[in-house]
Amino acid sequence: MNIKPISSPHVSSARRVDDIMKKVIFALLPALGFGIFLFGWSALFLTMVTVLSALFFEAVCLKLKGGAVESYLRDGSAIVTGLLVAMTLPPYAPWWIGVVGSGLAIILGKHVYGGLGQNLFNPAMLARVALLISFPIEMTTWVNVSPFFTGLDILESFKITFSGAEISDAITGATTLGFVKTGFSQAQLLPDLLNDYSGFLAFIGWERGSLGETSTVLILLGGLWLMRQGIIQWFIPVSLLASITFLSTLFNLIDSTHYLSAWVHLNSGAVMLVAFFIATDYVTSPNTPLGQLIFGTGCGVLIFVIRSWGGYPEGTGFAVLLMNSVTPLIDHYVRPRIYGRTRDGKPIEGG
Amino acid sequence: MFAFLENPKFRGGIHAEEHKAETCDKPIATNLPLPKKLYIPVQQHVGKPAEPIVKVGEHVLKGQLLAYSQGTISAPVHAPSSGVILDVQDFPAPHPSALPIRTIVIETDGEEKWFKYAIPEKPFELDPEEICLRVGGAGVVGLGGAVFPSAVKLNLGRKNQIHTLLINAGECEPYLTCDDLLMQERAVEIVGGIRLMLRGMNAPKAIVGIEDNKPKAFKAMQAASTEFQQISVVQVPTRYPMGWDRQMLRYLTGNEIPADGRATDIGVVIHNVATTYAVYQAVCLSKPLISRVVTVSGGAVSKPQNVEVPIGTLMSEVLAFCGVENEKLARLIMGGPMMGEVLPHADVPVVKASSGILALSHEDIFEPEVKPCIRCSSCVTACPVGLLPLEMASRIKANKLDAAVDLGLKDCISCGSCSYVCPSNIPLVHYFKFASGELFSRQQREHKAEQTKRLAENRTQRMERIKAEAEEDARRVMEARAARQAAEAKAQEENA
Repeated sequence: MNIKPISSPHVSSARRVDDIMKKVIFALLPALGFGIFLFGWSALFLTMVTVLSALFFEAVCLKLKGGAVESYLRDGSAIVTGLLVAMTLPPYAPWWIGVVGSGLAIILGKHVYGGLGQNLFNPAMLARVALLISFPIEMTTWVNVSPFFTGLDILESFKITFSGAEISDAITGATTLGFVKTGFSQAQLLPDLLNDYSGFLAFIGWERGSLGETSTVLILLGGLWLMRQGIIQWFIPVSLLASITFLSTLFNLIDSTHYLSAWVHLNSGAVMLVAFFIATDYVTSPNTPLGQLIFGTGCGVLIFVIRSWGGYPEGTGFAVLLMNSVTPLIDHYVRPRIYGRTRDGKPIEGG
Repeated sequence: MFAFLENPKFRGGIHAEEHKAETCDKPIATNLPLPKKLYIPVQQHVGKPAEPIVKVGEHVLKGQLLAYSQGTISAPVHAPSSGVILDVQDFPAPHPSALPIRTIVIETDGEEKWFKYAIPEKPFELDPEEICLRVGGAGVVGLGGAVFPSAVKLNLGRKNQIHTLLINAGECEPYLTCDDLLMQERAVEIVGGIRLMLRGMNAPKAIVGIEDNKPKAFKAMQAASTEFQQISVVQVPTRYPMGWDRQMLRYLTGNEIPADGRATDIGVVIHNVATTYAVYQAVCLSKPLISRVVTVSGGAVSKPQNVEVPIGTLMSEVLAFCGVENEKLARLIMGGPMMGEVLPHADVPVVKASSGILALSHEDIFEPEVKPCIRCSSCVTACPVGLLPLEMASRIKANKLDAAVDLGLKDCISCGSCSYVCPSNIPLVHYFKFASGELFSRQQREHKAEQTKRLAENRTQRMERIKAEAEEDARRVMEARAARQAAEAKAQEENA
């Protein structure tokens, strides 16, 4: 089946699927490392559980499917999925959240569709949304910044992750987006709601949030590096961030008491991670530059709409899944112009 | 409206490892020992095969006509050296199948005695028609690989009143440097060929496009063309497939050729640079096309270089001359590594289309396992035509050939950029070639079925007609007999 016939071209570039995945993992590491540093041992345990279970589910699925297990396991795609699931979880989430998340992502998000390259939805976002709906408490318990040297020790952390120890209210709080949403429901207004907010700390990532989503600057660096490496193109990240910036600025100018500024939007929740690492997922995004611009803009608009008028404080997961579902449609209608033809496919006029 | 997403000058393409350094600084070797036997196929061009006019046992001189061109699109072939015609037989062609084609075999006598043709005194003042006639008579065909008869193209250019002659000196295929070397060493003759072509087509100006990885060739061409203002030599960026003629045209003029048309539709004719040299030889020196410069390279060749090879020399002899190491040889290719064809063995002749003979080693053709498509769209970015290779391949895999055609399968130029960049190593071009072949045979089958149906219908009609005629005849006979009997009866009555 996988025997390559002898046919031109007789040479090929050195870049392989494995290399792409390795580079994506490498680009995720700064933000992940910072998250683990920021939230301590529990974050490390959760990451390990999530990645290992992702690999386990991948192996089981490949085995059930028949055929090569090892070479596919080594392509790194399951590790990328595991890492992304871990990075979108609350850092003190129990171990089974990580296992269920990985299971949802790998089995329901990927292998029921036929495995690598066949899925309609981004596996990590599918897992995130399913977990959020199924386990709202565990998925919205946000712990304060608690680096290794100030936070819980290894034993206490172990208990939190693995044996369901109670997380004290004293060390938890709301994320910026959640706090503002609750504030609005209690008729409070901006900018008072943001009295304690520091734009700079949000940019650095020194704030409550998901394990690997807090640091705008590190995710941005990883994403830009991926762009430089030619792994991702600019169309989706730029259109996504630009559409959020445009809409939030517009509404903030109209009514600054009810609409957050672009800066808060861009530095909160999963926007950066989604823009560079999730929405750019090859499998679930369109193939053409124009299609990718439409896709990115759609994600950005939906994120803003859900955050501003929806029931959830954060809308990135839903936004990405909704746009994933229209990707086949975009790909059907948006095609590149062929040489010597107009966009409709008719030959151009000569002379 | 979305034009900003599209580079108007160059779309897609790839940067492949060049491997040109191995050969581009060595002079063209002209000391290849004359082979004992030469194998000259009668079909080395697009169109009808040439018809042999020599007999077995006949002695021929170098440059003498061996087979004449048949029909409007065809080209003659000439004797690459003097000797005796040994046979006109079927011999393996330089093609992946190595199926035999009609081939004239010459046993060389080593004297290299030329056939005497009249040499024009003022070749640059010949009539345009005369130039085309001489180019056609010398068997000159497009030496970039397309091997289309050059005279046909020149005549077409003259009839269509073209404004630009574009000389394609891109040579974008990795490894190949035969055009590069030809320009470095024989720029004056090339410029002469360009002037003759301009005259042959009554065209006002020529542009020579050279990839910027050939600075020496560029300088040589510039120096040779300074006194001719109608010829401009320009550098183009090195990016495969810059040498796709339509791509180079777009880069240099910003215009595209309509998908259903030819270059002449927009007032341009495109020729390969090696062809211009052949034109010069044909018109100024009355030398037919009997040899060409061939790049011999690849990891399994110890002395990679460009060699001037008489047409009909077996590739095995050329490879031996360049020191092929058979234990290293993994794949033998005629042409470049991106679009060249695999040859099953080297005992096939060098023909007019042989720009390169590559003996690639296992390291050259790194071939990892084929993995599933991850829809990374690298192929979409790399396609110079603007196709969606991944979508076409998935349709073909599902045996939906018509859907693949709707996506533009027929516009594919098989340049190989998509397969080259694919991180899953999917043989995309192979899918497209397979589908094109399938479509062709399907068309053939449909045609055959239609023909059969038509013949069957004709037969039925014919049978009915014959039956009707037979009945008519029978009726007439009966009537005649009845009339005769009646007449006889009447006569008897009268007699009585």
